[in-house]
Amino acid sequence: MSKVTISMANSVNISLEFSGGAELLFDMVKRHDVTLPENSQPWTIKSLLVWIRDNLLKERPELFVQGDTVRPGILVLVNDVDWELMGELEYQLEENDRIVFISTLHGG
Amino acid sequence: MPISCGLCEKRAMLKRPKTGGALCKECFFTVFEAEVHQTITSASLFKRGETVAIAASGGKDSTVLAHLMKLLNHRHDYGLNLILLSVDEGITGYRDDSLETVKRNQQQYELPLKVVSYKELYGWTMDEIVRQIGLKNNCTFCGVFRRQALDRGAMMLGVNKIVTGHNADDVAETVIMNVLRGDIARLQRCTAIVTGTEGAIPRCKPFKYTYEKEIVMYAYFKKLDYFSTECIYSPNAYRGHARTYLKDLESIRSTSIIDIIHSGECMSVSVKKDVKMPTQGTCARCGYISSNELCKACVLLEGLNKGLPKLGIGKPHKARLALGLTNTPDTTTAPGSQRKEGCQSCSCRSRPYAAVSDTPGCNKDNRLSSQSKEDNRLTDSIAKQEELGASYTVGAGGDSCSCNSDVQRETSASTIGVKSVLCGQDKNTPCACRKGKGQVGTRVTGDSPAVPDLDF
Repeated sequence: MSKVTISMANSVNISLEFSGGAELLFDMVKRHDVTLPENSQPWTIKSLLVWIRDNLLKERPELFVQGDTVRPGILVLVNDVDWELMGELEYQLEENDRIVFISTLHGG
Repeated sequence: MPISCGLCEKRAMLKRPKTGGALCKECFFTVFEAEVHQTITSASLFKRGETVAIAASGGKDSTVLAHLMKLLNHRHDYGLNLILLSVDEGITGYRDDSLETVKRNQQQYELPLKVVSYKELYGWTMDEIVRQIGLKNNCTFCGVFRRQALDRGAMMLGVNKIVTGHNADDVAETVIMNVLRGDIARLQRCTAIVTGTEGAIPRCKPFKYTYEKEIVMYAYFKKLDYFSTECIYSPNAYRGHARTYLKDLESIRSTSIIDIIHSGECMSVSVKKDVKMPTQGTCARCGYISSNELCKACVLLEGLNKGLPKLGIGKPHKARLALGLTNTPDTTTAPGSQRKEGCQSCSCRSRPYAAVSDTPGCNKDNRLSSQSKEDNRLTDSIAKQEELGASYTVGAGGDSCSCNSDVQRETSASTIGVKSVLCGQDKNTPCACRKGKGQVGTRVTGDSPAVPDLDF
């Protein structure tokens, strides 16, 4: 478990989980509890992906994000619910949300 | 505003890619399990009393498959005897870890487990092979060996069927690849839910219509224990591209996957019927089904054991020369009858350019390697199988390295003897595929009954 903290007021605390092979892009760390800094706009998955790319992804970001969305084949769950039922990129993050990214692209 | 389940009042947790419907967790489980049951029963995959080997890699598909086979066998009283069957390629840091997952599955599902290793079957681990040959063509070895290994394991267990975790995405991917390669023979077979029925242990795909997304979601919601890491030796080219393409399509229109399978099924009945299929004979050395005098695995092994690892990779006629084989494989010979008594394992066979028939009375028993011993042992076990009336095959066409790699994909499909054998039986007839140099294997009509070469 790693702790990435950026101290600012009115920030959002969420937990991120990477599995199914997606953790390979994050130093094999599956769970990251993060604090998203204060933002002029409400945090959405779309802005979260940008934040992940800039703050957590160490290498080969194209294996995780493509354009402004996740790479096709990576499933996203918002509090265990398929993000396709939650507005996908437009979903607004709330305090203590748990966002899970599961790669389906790895060997079965 | 939470969306509610299409079947009950609870909150929906998943949007189904196949239908677009939203389901809660419990309804999803019910539907998922019922659909696989439906696939199994409508295709009459099993008969009561059969022993079925579940090809288990420890990955998501085979883990969910093992869980479901156990569950459905109990729930619907299929009357099957289930066994987990794993192949240990000997890849440190990859297969050893995934085998640990399989061993946990064995305990969780209370199923017997059989592991067959490359070391035990062939005398080499993949680690040793890679040390010998480097990272080029290594997937060829792995793919060829794995296909056989699964069948050999299945034969040792005396099973009636093998089930693999190939899912709808895998099948669609294979359809695309076969179309792109113009591989009509494989295209015809690749959508079949059962392959290898003629003289082989049949392989079934209960997940043929099951989306990868649903398999992964099922595993996640059920908290199933699976292993997900790429093979450390894997490049990831051709299949990788097909996969990316398919996933891009799916993200635009999620029914694409099932539509492509449907297209593949339609193409398989509408393409020309006179595609030349190689005649299956048997390997003179190990007795497995092969369209060459020696099966791919035996030639690759010969190369390894003689320090000529390229032997099985390049031009087939060179390999044949080096192995002292005639250029006209007798593919009609009955199993085992081509074996030369006394010469099966002696070193005379390793002599370059020595024809097998040059040393008819050789009684030497110089071991080339432990492989020969293994071959003998396997030959024995094959003989037993024959006595029991069981059929067998080189698991042909089936699995590739779990790395999904291009290199391996192509080469495992073809490996050796490609041109002369795979491109049509009649050597006087130019191969329809007109393969160019460096394209060997990409348009092969296939010498093997099974199809999508994927990880199992």
